[in-house]
Amino acid sequence: MKAMRLTGLMRKEAYEIIRDPSSIAIAFVLPLVLLLIFGYGVSLDAHHIKTAVVVDAPTQVTASFLAELGRSQWFEPTPYVDMTSANDAMMHGRADAIIWLRSDFTRLSYSSGSAPIHLIVNGVDANNARTIENYLNGTWLLWLRQEATLHGSHLHMPVAAETRVWFNPALRSRDYLVPGLIAIIMSLVGGLLTALVVSREWERGTMEGIMVTPVSKTEILLGKLVPYFVMGMGGMVLSTAMAVFLFAVPLRGSLLVLFATSALFMLTALGMGLLISVLARSQFVAAMVAIVTTFLPAFILSGFLYDIRSMPLPIQHLTYIIAARYFVAVLQSTFLAGNVWTVILRNCLGMAVLCAFFLGIALFRFRKRMD
Amino acid sequence: MRQVLQRVLALARKELLALLRDAASRAVLIGPPLIQLVVFGYAATYDLKNVPFVVYDQDQGRLSRDLIARFAGSPSFSLVGVVHDQYALEQAIDGESALMAMDIGPNFTSDLESGRSAHVQLILDGRNSNTAGLASGYAQSIVTTFNGAQITQNGWVPPSTIVVVRAWFNPNLDSQWFTVPGIVGLLTLVVSMLATGLSVAREREMGTFDQLLVTPMRPAEILLGKAIPGFLIGALEATVIVLFTVFWFHVPFTGSIAALYLGLFFFLLSTVGIGLMISSLAVTQQQGLLGVFLFLVPAIVLSGFATPIANMPQIVQYITLLDPLRYFLVVLRGSFLEGGGVSLFWPQYWPLAVIGVVSMIVAGRLFRRRLS
Repeated sequence: MKAMRLTGLMRKEAYEIIRDPSSIAIAFVLPLVLLLIFGYGVSLDAHHIKTAVVVDAPTQVTASFLAELGRSQWFEPTPYVDMTSANDAMMHGRADAIIWLRSDFTRLSYSSGSAPIHLIVNGVDANNARTIENYLNGTWLLWLRQEATLHGSHLHMPVAAETRVWFNPALRSRDYLVPGLIAIIMSLVGGLLTALVVSREWERGTMEGIMVTPVSKTEILLGKLVPYFVMGMGGMVLSTAMAVFLFAVPLRGSLLVLFATSALFMLTALGMGLLISVLARSQFVAAMVAIVTTFLPAFILSGFLYDIRSMPLPIQHLTYIIAARYFVAVLQSTFLAGNVWTVILRNCLGMAVLCAFFLGIALFRFRKRMD
Repeated sequence: MRQVLQRVLALARKELLALLRDAASRAVLIGPPLIQLVVFGYAATYDLKNVPFVVYDQDQGRLSRDLIARFAGSPSFSLVGVVHDQYALEQAIDGESALMAMDIGPNFTSDLESGRSAHVQLILDGRNSNTAGLASGYAQSIVTTFNGAQITQNGWVPPSTIVVVRAWFNPNLDSQWFTVPGIVGLLTLVVSMLATGLSVAREREMGTFDQLLVTPMRPAEILLGKAIPGFLIGALEATVIVLFTVFWFHVPFTGSIAALYLGLFFFLLSTVGIGLMISSLAVTQQQGLLGVFLFLVPAIVLSGFATPIANMPQIVQYITLLDPLRYFLVVLRGSFLEGGGVSLFWPQYWPLAVIGVVSMIVAGRLFRRRLS
């Protein structure tokens, strides 16, 4: 391997990048735009839930409960005269939940029998429905406690469970989604940057020109890898800066760990793109494979949104071949919990294995000859 | 007119052949969507089962063991370890071997037996705050059941009210019913973008687009010829995926097939239009690929597929109005779960039609501009 030949190849690739600015757009504009849209757009925290409220017989008790409901940041209650109109509102998407206090509510609440507060949720979005249920339970407990204090007693709960959420006490979903998004966006950037670079040379016939020169195949691949690695890391710095300064996600781990793991991940993502490029002789096929294998698997199987622990076991095993899975875990942990070495080392091992696999196969399958 | 039709069909046939002749691109177009439907259908779930938890039981009494047994016996939780000090508890959470830790104070049983409130602390790993929130909800409901049993056993006064929850359309809150119809839309979008997004850019890079332009075909005819294959492939693939959803995942189909296919027609009109628009804007295939991604990724993330649109800030909610998948997801979920018919979905149909017609016109204009 000669340093001069390698720099020559890298310079050629750099010209290629400058000539078609779409590579620069992929490395810098794509992360910027996507992180902006998603950082603001992706949230699992419901607030101002459109709630239809039906009270059959208004009394002081129902008024006090509704007041509590209106005070909470989660619910946006709208009164409806009867269940028919409330049902209609839910059917047409004007309400996501109905709260119904029947005519015997007040009587039952005094006569020790537990008076039911009926919550009817639109179960189509099951996760959202469960979140609404949890919010109502929280609001209800708060109200019970206040009522008890008001009447000079205190609420007697045999067991009082106090929940403490470590690393993210306010349960801000953005704090865990933004680090995950960086992993998704970076696997997209890495795969896209290199997916077309080798197949393009085959298709345009310029690969033949390179082949008659004395460069080795390792040098060709390295010449492709290094310039895009530098660009990908640039995109990574940009994304991290946005996460910390724009989205105010706490970075509790060290920057050094963050960048060392990012470098490893970037190599893995670029290696996957390069492998696609080497295996596909046409840009068209390479592009299709890149679309199918980079974004959707990273989006759904990486644990960025859907917790891997909730998936069925065979699918959990399948996630081991998704590089983003390891990076999502490292990022979420490094941003929110700090340098937890068991998490970092375990996931780095996974990335290293995948990286060696992708680059190894790419090198093995890349032939310096015509067929 | 007959000649026009002939020309359009000939081009459509050529496009279809170009897409399907190559074994590799045929495989990419047909195989992955079905595999992804099955894999994602099982993977994309927020439902929590077997939350791993550890216990730090400082009480070791009758009632603390009873409470632990209730957690360990529930399908939502699974006991993975017993720790004996605070440090081991922290290690279990930090190292992600447990998602929740139950810290039961030393006087738990005696407090309960003497009628005082007994305290238990639940520590949750908040690195995934959605999971933490759900697990906390499940834990609270187990504690509430435990409290109810204690109240009846000891004849204490119950709280004056209780919350009774009922879920419409999806009584068991099975999130597969929500995601799998969504995946139908997701994959139809990806396939139709694949089929159209690079088609013009490829011809332009290979130089065959110029040849197409010197034929007697008008830009509108070229556009139509290029749109038909994307339409056919998208519709066929969507049908297969819908059948899979019904017969493999057993998601109930309660609405009307006509309403679903009317939605599919308008949806494909808009995605094929956007795909052709991107394709005729791009000079190289790399630019085409970038364009496809720049559309595809936000279209999926902002569609309400994974996170509700209602949670987004108002400005982002306005952006989602341009997203065809947003409307089609409503049609899909409505047709599958809510029993909706054609009349319910007009608010979804017309924006799709507008997006489709506008993007087709723009794509045609871009052809014409290249002509001059």
